[in-house]
Amino acid sequence: EKTRDSFATKMNELVYRYRKVDEEFFEELEDILIGADVGVNTVMTLIDDLKDEVRIRNIKDTKDIQPVISEKLAELLQKEEEDAALNIQTDGMTVILVVGVNGVGKTTTIGKLANHLKQDGKSVMLAAGDTFRAGAIEQLEVWGERVGVDVIKQQEGSDPAAVMYDALQAAKSRGVDVLICDTAGRLQNKVNLMNELEKVKRVIEREVPSAPHEVLLVLDATTGQNAMSQAKTFGKSTDVSGIVLTKLDGTAKGGIVLAIRHELDIPVKFVGLGEKVDDLQPFNAEQFVYGLFKDILEEQEKEEIED
Amino acid sequence: MAFEGLAERLQDTLTKIRGKGKVSEQDVKDMMREVRLALLEADVNFKVVKQFIASVKEKALGQEVMKSLTPGQMVIKVVNEELTALMGGEQSKIAVANKPPTVVMMVGLQGAGKTTTTAKLANHLRKKHNRTPMLVAADIYRPAAIKQLETLGKQLNMPVFSLGDQVSPVEIAKQAIAKAKEDHHDYVLIDTAGRLHIDEELMGELQEVKKIAKPDEILLVVDAMTGQDAVNVAESFNEQLDVTGVVLTKLDGDTRGGAAISVKAVTNTPIKFAGMGEKIDQLEPFYPDRMASRILGMGDMLTLIEKA
Ligand SMILES: Nc1nc2c(ncn2[C@@H]2O[C@H](COP(=O)(O)OP(=O)(O)OP(=O)(O)O)[C@@H](O)[C@H]2O)c(=O)[nH]1
Ligand SMILES: Nc1nc2c(ncn2[C@@H]2O[C@H](COP(=O)(O)OP(=O)(O)OP(=O)(O)O)[C@@H](O)[C@H]2O)c(=O)[nH]1
Ligand SMILES: [Mg+2]
Ligand SMILES: [Mg+2]
Repeated sequence: EKTRDSFATKMNELVYRYRKVDEEFFEELEDILIGADVGVNTVMTLIDDLKDEVRIRNIKDTKDIQPVISEKLAELLQKEEEDAALNIQTDGMTVILVVGVNGVGKTTTIGKLANHLKQDGKSVMLAAGDTFRAGAIEQLEVWGERVGVDVIKQQEGSDPAAVMYDALQAAKSRGVDVLICDTAGRLQNKVNLMNELEKVKRVIEREVPSAPHEVLLVLDATTGQNAMSQAKTFGKSTDVSGIVLTKLDGTAKGGIVLAIRHELDIPVKFVGLGEKVDDLQPFNAEQFVYGLFKDILEEQEKEEIED
Repeated sequence: MAFEGLAERLQDTLTKIRGKGKVSEQDVKDMMREVRLALLEADVNFKVVKQFIASVKEKALGQEVMKSLTPGQMVIKVVNEELTALMGGEQSKIAVANKPPTVVMMVGLQGAGKTTTTAKLANHLRKKHNRTPMLVAADIYRPAAIKQLETLGKQLNMPVFSLGDQVSPVEIAKQAIAKAKEDHHDYVLIDTAGRLHIDEELMGELQEVKKIAKPDEILLVVDAMTGQDAVNVAESFNEQLDVTGVVLTKLDGDTRGGAAISVKAVTNTPIKFAGMGEKIDQLEPFYPDRMASRILGMGDMLTLIEKA
């Protein structure tokens, strides 16, 4: 577990590598951030801000800029603490709707989340709202068995809104604490599919007046700038309340969530770190920012050892 | 985030140049800055962008400006030609073994579209080339992966070879190829589990499957929405498996698809197909020129230049 302190130390190491705060320093910083998919606009704004600060505070030495970088990045990511927590109702049922483009990890995340909530003592039920993709229902059923929760389903090809209706009735009558609804992956530029999703959400709203209590948009950390368009469009259609950033166990950094947080103010709530049931963790901003610089820091360490 | 095409990006620079007799080195530098930003916004890897800009700059500086073109159009023309060249000629051909069956292995990251593409490819081979493929379910890890391929096989009315999820993919591949020979299938399409390029154990497993299956074609399936990491993924898969081609999926979305350039640049293998939807008939040949203008975000500008 990387702690707060070690993050600061690491950032120090990064900037100590450079004696001077000059063009070269800013260029490398730019490369690191762009290479992490943070996005051109956000990076340029950030670098311009940093340059201004450097000028205003008359910073010459790199060690004086480290806190400014951390501050600026944290500013982008961190808002209130409670943002990361799920909006779980203390009395009555909680409904969580999970949405996103194809193959990002929605169904897997639902399995992990069900496990997380169950371990928290909640009774959980899953709704097999992906009636389109081959094997999608069976995939959710396997997760249901694995975690030990019921899955409400209909046949492949049936209307997802009807599945949702069924699931809501079943969840109500059995008095479960949390109902998590899977949906088929859809690209955000497919208008008819986005309409279908809105219909699913309307059924939920109608059957449980305060629901859905969370609409989680699943984003794949490997995705580049298109994730911004995903967040915008899904946000507009379904009023997304939080992001789950999956596949952070790879080499991709998922830096686009910085831009999404900045422009759309949608918090990241969880990160996916693998394919197993317990590979889900609450989002930690500092750890995330550390991850952006991880490679270069490790490279540095290796060089130091070799020297 | 406004998606600005290269043409719009170059507007400012162009206005500055207009009325000048000559394009200065500074003008080219300014334009290259815009090209760089356009490519980065399209998710082309920053290292690939650096190399690309260097080579374009050289070409643009050395060339005489055609009378019919403005200097800005000239730069766009050079950029577009270079991009198209970088992405290679038109390629939708799939390998054919001297002695059937031709074995094709599908590999890639989790969720890239391997299983769907396996079915699409089978459909393509039958429809366009009159072949009789057999599908092989070698993903023993993902929940219901076998079921997914079997469902697709049923839709296609094509056989799917499976030994369940308790037998190793190496053994599955071995028995599948024997079975294909016995049943006179001319193509064997092996669907493998998604995996991270840094997962040594699972990458080792693919190498073992490769040893046994001796594939004529290893297709790396890449999601067109992939960002900067595309180079790491492609480089690593290629190093460990020597891929022979790439399939770019989910191009029916609104992504610019700069990953195409990154992948091509590091693997130096052709992009053979483009996935254009979730249905089994939504596989298309890959067109480098169309991809180039998509990445640069300019359709009209190009037709303008072509006419000149
Ligand atoms: N390495 C890694 N793989 C993941 C993670 N989350 C999901 N996956 C894998 O990604 C692939 C796709 O996951 P799914 O859960 O099926 O994705 P989905 O969004 O439901 O996909 P569709 O329903 O087809 O749109 C599977 O192979 C998962 O095992 C993660 O955090 N890390
Ligand atoms: N829109 C669109 N969706 C696609 C395309 N290709 C695949 N998909 C979808 O992407 C998701 C993942 O596809 P799969 O074929 O399951 O991907 P995979 O690589 O086999 O996934 P794993 O086996 O989990 O690694 C599914 O929802 C597919 O329907 C495409 O070209 N366009
Ligand atoms: Mg799913
Ligand atoms: Mg698959």
